[in-house]
Amino acid sequence: MTSGLLATSKAVRHSERKSAVSAHDSRAAWLFISPWLIGFAIFTAWPLIYSGYLSLTDYDVINAPNFVGLDNYRQLAADPKIAQSLGNTLYYTVIQVPLHVLVALGLALLLQRAGRASGFFRTAFFLPKMTPPVAIGIMLLLLFNGQSGVINGVLGWFGFQGPSWTTDPNWVKPGLILMSLWTVGSSVIIVLAALREVPDHLHDAAKIDGANSWQRLVRITIPMIGGTLFFLLIVNTIASFQTFTEAYTAYFGSGNTTYSNDAALFYAIYLFQQGFEYLHMGYASAMAWVLFAIIMAVTVVQLVLSKKFVFYLGGHR
Amino acid sequence: MTAVEGTPPAASTPLVAPVAEPLPSSPATPAAGAKAAQGRQRRRPVASWLGVTLRWLALLAFSLLFVYPFLWLVSASFKPRSEVFDNRLIPRTFTFDNYLQVWREAPLGVWMLNTVIVTVLAALTVTISSAMVAWGFAYFQFRGRKALFGLVVATMMLPGAVTLIPTFLIWKSLGMVGTLTPLWAGNLFGSAFYIFLLRQFFLGLPRELFEAAKIDGANNWTIFVRLALPLCKPAIILTLLFEFQAAWTDLMRALVYLRDSSDFTVPRGLKALLDRYGFGGEWHWEIVVTASVITTVPMIVLFFLGQRHFVGGIAGTGTKG
Repeated sequence: MTSGLLATSKAVRHSERKSAVSAHDSRAAWLFISPWLIGFAIFTAWPLIYSGYLSLTDYDVINAPNFVGLDNYRQLAADPKIAQSLGNTLYYTVIQVPLHVLVALGLALLLQRAGRASGFFRTAFFLPKMTPPVAIGIMLLLLFNGQSGVINGVLGWFGFQGPSWTTDPNWVKPGLILMSLWTVGSSVIIVLAALREVPDHLHDAAKIDGANSWQRLVRITIPMIGGTLFFLLIVNTIASFQTFTEAYTAYFGSGNTTYSNDAALFYAIYLFQQGFEYLHMGYASAMAWVLFAIIMAVTVVQLVLSKKFVFYLGGHR
Repeated sequence: MTAVEGTPPAASTPLVAPVAEPLPSSPATPAAGAKAAQGRQRRRPVASWLGVTLRWLALLAFSLLFVYPFLWLVSASFKPRSEVFDNRLIPRTFTFDNYLQVWREAPLGVWMLNTVIVTVLAALTVTISSAMVAWGFAYFQFRGRKALFGLVVATMMLPGAVTLIPTFLIWKSLGMVGTLTPLWAGNLFGSAFYIFLLRQFFLGLPRELFEAAKIDGANNWTIFVRLALPLCKPAIILTLLFEFQAAWTDLMRALVYLRDSSDFTVPRGLKALLDRYGFGGEWHWEIVVTASVITTVPMIVLFFLGQRHFVGGIAGTGTKG
């Protein structure tokens, strides 16, 4: 009875609200969202269409675009630097992203039990995230320097001969990946927030059933925060496919003439070189579309997997 | 989305002995159960004491790992050229010369001023425009709202590389390449991430308040500026802080749009210093190190000013998405 009454009164209120949406209101709404509409048209929709067109042309900024059909894409498939930069980017993504999520999870689990001191540690973990990526690229060169860097110094204490992280092609990417983990702080905070939403009674019940802490972690905690972990996985994959600043700072630009930087040639760096250093804007546009397609495909696969594996609390997300 | 309640994670099953098997199954014998419980109780204090110690050691070790590079950098900036790489935390010879030298060698004041102009304008414009758009999506009901908002969210996934070149050509045709304008003016039109964030916040405000104000004769603009914006202050501050950081640290756009050293922002200038004094042959790493400190310190200050907002805001992005 009461619930029926409530429902009807709700329905009445709802219809009142609906009728209150006048033509005047809807005009106001369009005015409020107009900045985004204009920006979307100029800085997203048009560039998207135009870069699609440019990818079918030869364009050097000075002369008018010259239509060449699919030539850029054909050239791209045969360009060894494309294969190399794509390979470097995949290497980086496949190792960096899972490592990033795992480290974030581990640190968040540590923080969760830190009690009153967690604020202090959280600040310490997060601070590196405030460092400008250019400065991170420079710190990479200094800390990972093969002869005088701190990293190899510490390895030396334990009797290890550290590699030449910044010059040996086999060690350039591992160095970049390790350095990137320095800025894991914001992901730690995200995981920590998710951990705090896991209901205590689940852990209590499992404890009564005799589950040890590892079993509780694998069977309760990780499934319960699976949505957040997948969110981090997807966002970081998209970001790491476009990784640019740290590697560009450390290994590219006008300064570096002393050693080969092929090992650090990521896709976004090669795209930037093609577009803005060699002024091959058509070719760079084709590269951008290929990247777009790859990122879309990977994201779709990840989303499908997340639907299959992730348990969403409440189910309304 | 679909909730697959009760479905245990497929992976990892063989690794772990089934723990929480059917709950109601009674223990084999009551005595055995009690004995097991006792054993656990006896073991616990030692195990947890060890666990706590290990946990604290790990926390301290990781904190050191995260903070040490800063300390190294700051310390190196006070060392003379020959000692920059000696990896001592406390400089053997303490000198302030590097700071004076950076100031002489590079137009650091101009770079700072340029960066402040860009960051302030970028943060202010993106906050105002994104708040307007977010309010439009949160408060009003109009045809096509859902589809349009879906489009806003979709643009977040678009890689910047796809729009980079045409956007450059737009600014070039306006004669703005080589000026600071392209570094912030795009923010006049709002940004998808902030629109999403602010809309979430607006949706949490009590609607009755705005309906009441409307009945009292307030117009839409007044409701937005006088009521909605003040109520949404934490989210506004968060947007300002996030964008301030993003604009301060951005290198890509500075590389694309800035030509002359006198137009550089701090990150672009720092890259130029690295190219010249770092591996550019001159090998004056003390200058590069010092300039890195100068570039980073404002962000550290920003963090301590807005720590609460940063942490709270970032925590929200993962769970409210």
